[in-house]
Order: sequence, then C-alpha cells, then structure tokens
Amino acid sequence: MPGYADPHFDTLSLHAGAGPDPATGARAVPIHLSTSFVFESSEHAASLFNLERAGHVYSRISNPTTAVFEQRIAALEGGIGAIATASGQAALHLSVATLMGAGSHIVSSSALYGGSHNLLHYTLRRFGIETTFVKPGDIAAWRAAIRPNTKLLFGESVGNPGLDVLDIPTISHIAHDHGVPLLVDATLSTPYLMKPLSLGADLVYHSATKFLSGHGTVIGGVVVDGGSFDWEASGKFPELSEPYEGFHNMVFTEESTVGAFLLRARREGLRDFGACLSPHSAWLILQGMETLSLRMDRHLANTEKVVAFLAAHPLVSRVGHPLMPDHPSHALAQKLLKGGARGAGSVFSFDIKGSRTQGRTFIEALKIFSHLANVGDSKSLVIHPASTTHFRMSDEALAQAGIGAGTIRLSVGLEDADDLIDDLKRALKAAEKAAEKTTPSQGAA
Amino acid sequence: MNITWPGFNVYAYTGGKTFNPEQPTVVFIHGVLCDHSVWVLQSRYLAHHGWNVLAIDLPGHARSQGTAAASVQEAADQIHAMLDAAGLAQVALVGHSWGSLIALETAARLKQRATHLALIGAAFPMPVAAPLLEASLADPHKAIAMINVFSRATLAAPPSAMGPGTWVHGASTALNRRVLASNREVNLLHRGFTACDNYDQGLQAMANLTCPVLFINGALDQMTPPKTTQALIEQGHQSGKKVSVDTVPMGHHQMNESPEETLQALRQFLR
Repeated sequence: MPGYADPHFDTLSLHAGAGPDPATGARAVPIHLSTSFVFESSEHAASLFNLERAGHVYSRISNPTTAVFEQRIAALEGGIGAIATASGQAALHLSVATLMGAGSHIVSSSALYGGSHNLLHYTLRRFGIETTFVKPGDIAAWRAAIRPNTKLLFGESVGNPGLDVLDIPTISHIAHDHGVPLLVDATLSTPYLMKPLSLGADLVYHSATKFLSGHGTVIGGVVVDGGSFDWEASGKFPELSEPYEGFHNMVFTEESTVGAFLLRARREGLRDFGACLSPHSAWLILQGMETLSLRMDRHLANTEKVVAFLAAHPLVSRVGHPLMPDHPSHALAQKLLKGGARGAGSVFSFDIKGSRTQGRTFIEALKIFSHLANVGDSKSLVIHPASTTHFRMSDEALAQAGIGAGTIRLSVGLEDADDLIDDLKRALKAAEKAAEKTTPSQGAA
Repeated sequence: MNITWPGFNVYAYTGGKTFNPEQPTVVFIHGVLCDHSVWVLQSRYLAHHGWNVLAIDLPGHARSQGTAAASVQEAADQIHAMLDAAGLAQVALVGHSWGSLIALETAARLKQRATHLALIGAAFPMPVAAPLLEASLADPHKAIAMINVFSRATLAAPPSAMGPGTWVHGASTALNRRVLASNREVNLLHRGFTACDNYDQGLQAMANLTCPVLFINGALDQMTPPKTTQALIEQGHQSGKKVSVDTVPMGHHQMNESPEETLQALRQFLR
C-alpha cells in the first residue's frame, strides 16, 4: 500500500498484516489449520531452520494466520513485531523467561490482575526469580526497589480492578536510568486508548481474551516489542547479547539490532515452552480487532453513564473510576489516555455500603450483567474480586491493589446503557431489601 | 567480526560463520540510517552457501567507529581502505539505496578486484526532495517517518527479517531511530541524504566498471522508482557492461518486504 501518509488506526485494524489471499482470492483472513508447512527441498528446509530464510515450519513456532494477528497488533501498538501466545499469562511468562533466569529480580506494580500477581509472587519465586511489589503511584518506591540484579520493571497500563493509571513516562525513565526495560500489560486500555510504547514502555502485552477479541469466545495473548531498548548497551542481558548455545551460538543482538527480544522469544520461548496460539483462536481475535475502535467507543459511552448512575446512588460508597475527580489516577488518566479520564476504560470497581450478604444479593439479582470471571466482553459482566479473581492474595496485598471485601468489579458491555442502569437499579434495590432482612450476626463482616 | 583500521574498528556481520580464505567474499553496504541488520536474511543465507559475508556498519554508524562519510566518494575510499585492511583480493559488492551508490563508486575504483556489483533500490542521480532534506536537518524524526511512508509498499509483508509477525514499517522506523542515536556528533540522516543529493559521478563510475552489474528494483518503490535507474542501465549497456535487471513486487524495503525475491535474484547473480 504505497501512499503519502501512515494509515490510521481503523485502517490498520482492518488491513495490517493481510490482503486478499494470493492463492484463492479470499478477502477474509484464511484460517491455516495446519501443523506444518511443506519444504520446497532439503536445502529450503535447512535454510528455514537456520534462519537464513523466513517462512513457516511448524505452527508452534509460527503460523500464517497467527502471523497476521502478530503484524496487526504490532502495527496498532507502534511496535516492530509481536509474538502471539496461548493466553495473556503465557505472554507475561514468555516475556520474563526470555529476559532472565534464576537469580534475577523484577520490580512490579502491586495493582495487578490476580493471575499475574500469582505468577510473579509465588510461581516465579520457585524458579529463583524474585519480585518486589510497589504501589504504582509511589515513584520513590519504584526507584528504591531496584537492585543490581533487577532485569525488568512491570505494571498494568490501567490496573485491574482499581484503575490505577501507570505513569509510564516516569517509570520508563527510572527503568532506563538503570538499564532495564519496562513491560506493560495493556489489556484494559488496548492500543485504542493508550499506546504504551509511545509513552516510553519497551514491551507491551495483552490478554487478547479481553477487548482485542471482545466477544468472550477465545483465550489468547500477545507480546509486542517496541524495538527501542538497547539490550547490548544495557549489559544486563547476556541472553540476547552473547552467543546462545541452544541456537548455533547465535547472538540475537547481532542478527537484529532492534528485534533481538523477538528472535529469542520465538526461537527459544515458543520452541521450548510451547505456549503458542491456535490459528483458529488467532482468527477469532482478528475478527474482534476489526471492530476494536467501534466497540471501545461504545464501551466508554456506556461506562460514563453507569459511573454517573452509581456515583449518585445512596447505597454506593465509592466508584473507582478515574472519571471521578477524587480517584487517585484522575489527573494521570486525563494526561495519558485517549479522551482523558473516560479513556480509563470500562472495567472498574465500586463498593456497596452494608454487609457481604448485601453484596452477594446484589450480584445474584443482576439479570443482564453476567456473574463470571472475565472482562472485556461485549456482554456486561460482574464479579466479586476478593473471593474470586484475587482470592489468593493476602489482605495486605488486596489493600495494595485497592480491593476491599465489599468491592464489586463491573465490565460494562455494549448493551443499551438504559437497560444496564435498570439492571443495576433493580439489583441495588434487592441489596437494600437484604439489609432489612440481615440479622446482626450476619452484618458488616 | 571487527575489521581493524588504523585507529578504529569497523563492524561486519558474517552471517554466523567464520572467515574462510578458500571462499569468495561478498560485501553488503547499507543505506542511510541503516546498518548490517537490513541484510540479515540474504547475508546469513549466502554465508551458509559458499560465501564469506561482510555486512558492514558504515564508519560512524551503529557498531562501527570512525567518521561518517560526507560524500559517496569518501565512503568509497573508506570501503576501499577497509578491504585493503582485511586483505581481500577480490570481492562482490551489494549495496542498497545510498549504499548502492557507494558500492558503485567502490567497484569502479576496485576495477578487476570487484567480481560482481548488485545495486538494490538504486538511482542516478539520487536527488533528495527539498522538504525531506530540510526535515532531515530540522526534525530528523519527522524525516524518518516520511522515509518509512515512502519506502513501504504493503501492509502485509511476508515473513521477514525477524521471522513471521514482523511489522516491517515499525522495524525499519525503529532501526532508523537507533542508528540516528548511535552517532551523537553527526546527523547521519542529513549527512547521508546530502551525500546522495550531491553525487554526480554515477555515469562515470558505471563506465569504469569491469564486473557484471545487477539492478534489483522495487516495482512499487517511491523512494527510488525503477525509472530512476535507467540512466545507469543505459550507460552500462553503452559501455559494454554485462547488465541485468530484476524487479521485485515491493517498494524500497526490498530486502524485508521481498526477502525471497531479493535473495533469489542475488543467488542467480552470484553463481
């Protein structure tokens, strides 16, 4: 597509990575459900394996349908390339495992999805990788937590579920001052609402299960490299800048000045850990990405109305969305997200006054909001984080993540906003009535 | 590997192989704000198929020390001296864009020492549009964006330098930024563009060649459209050179938007 300007977001959402299929003329991206791809000759096979030629060999390493997804998300994020993974968790693990081994250290925001917290705090520790958690807004704490063996700073663009906005420009400066990259989980913001790479992040990953696919039908993830971090100059990443015995002593930073991370992540991480994305899943994610901006605009419009309703309701003690002027990230959200604070997205939490019983009654009374463990669906969702998504976290860690016993998380979908508000209104009424029935022993635990 | 010059080193990617004096050598020369890594597929292939490969970072660029050349002739002098320092009796030369002019000028000076000359995305003259030249000085990052818009021919490149999933446009932009930042004393973008703009010895260099010449043009190239190689091609024919032309179905990122076609053209030529 020769032209005089860069294509814009919606054009890239539809066209990056794929044109009409040259073999069949198919306009939609074909699903290449093939484990393997035929070699033209023995010589061709050897040159593909030795990275002398680029192409597909085996779908654990790469696949034509998956590659379209990878190119498309890289284009939307402003990156140099991407690697699709079996889930968002697999993308986080691949990023960490590519950059470090036992004896390494990570500094992470404490405002994380519970699964990410588990991986960092419990599982990676078993493999000799330690993590120090800091409150995302405590800039001095980020700096103080860095050790000589720190290899990565990590946070969520918009923390789940408290919506703490990560000050990426500031945190990335701290990271770069210490010769380490900043990895950002941008699942809740999507590239439509924020481009972390342009703000200073070095690597970005998504749980594509959420807004990118957008319909609650698929599990997938992806990590995007911005190509800006100088692994060699840092001196902290021999995994990338010294010969790798596991691949013919290849020095990844020599092979690719900007793409060493992606080379090793694919050639080692996908090859050995194997958490690849199914091409069918990649296709479902691509279907979602075609309408990403349209859906996100509707998510945001609905969220604004729901936030306003909840903020005015007498049974609601707190609405945790940066749209609220008293939210700790209100000013940062205004600065860093598309459209200001409304760009903080459609997943947020709020607290109900009263007892746990009332909270449970509220959730069970909802008819349109579905009670389940996911966010970013086209359908509206609700959950009680302290007893589900974040239940393995200690009280202290929950408090650091901004989660209380009465906190309820909503993921506002694409339904008619009036119907969503009616549903919430009815459920809050039920919760009010539950208070009347609550005995003193059942109250305020 | 590093080739030691009096006082400084020039980096050359060797495709993962050590130098074998029994084999012929091919030298790859990159364009403005690029480095050796733009050749990684073609150079790595040739390194494993009977060639010594030296994909250099030009002096003052990326991993190479030294002063960035201010003219095509100065760059050719540097390459010539580097080949002498490396003790190479004969070489094939492959250049892209600005690097194609440097390769042309070097081959003309090497005479029989040059066995082959492949010019990818070449043009003569190679004028740089005034707005781009001005932007290269006043706002290099704006100029980098312009270059990459004009260089791209597709939003759906085939598997490329970093394998499947490479976004060529982003990778090229990131490389340009990295190379610009690699030299804090010289604006490599403006210096390279000025050298292209000022070069006026192309026809004479073509007339002085003694080796066969291959042009690899991008059919959709907006930076150096195929018609801009015509003067060199005609000069080659008129002066009795063995000239061949191959056209790949992409733009100015021939090596990364058309890696296979570019490789096949080079393979055929270097046989």
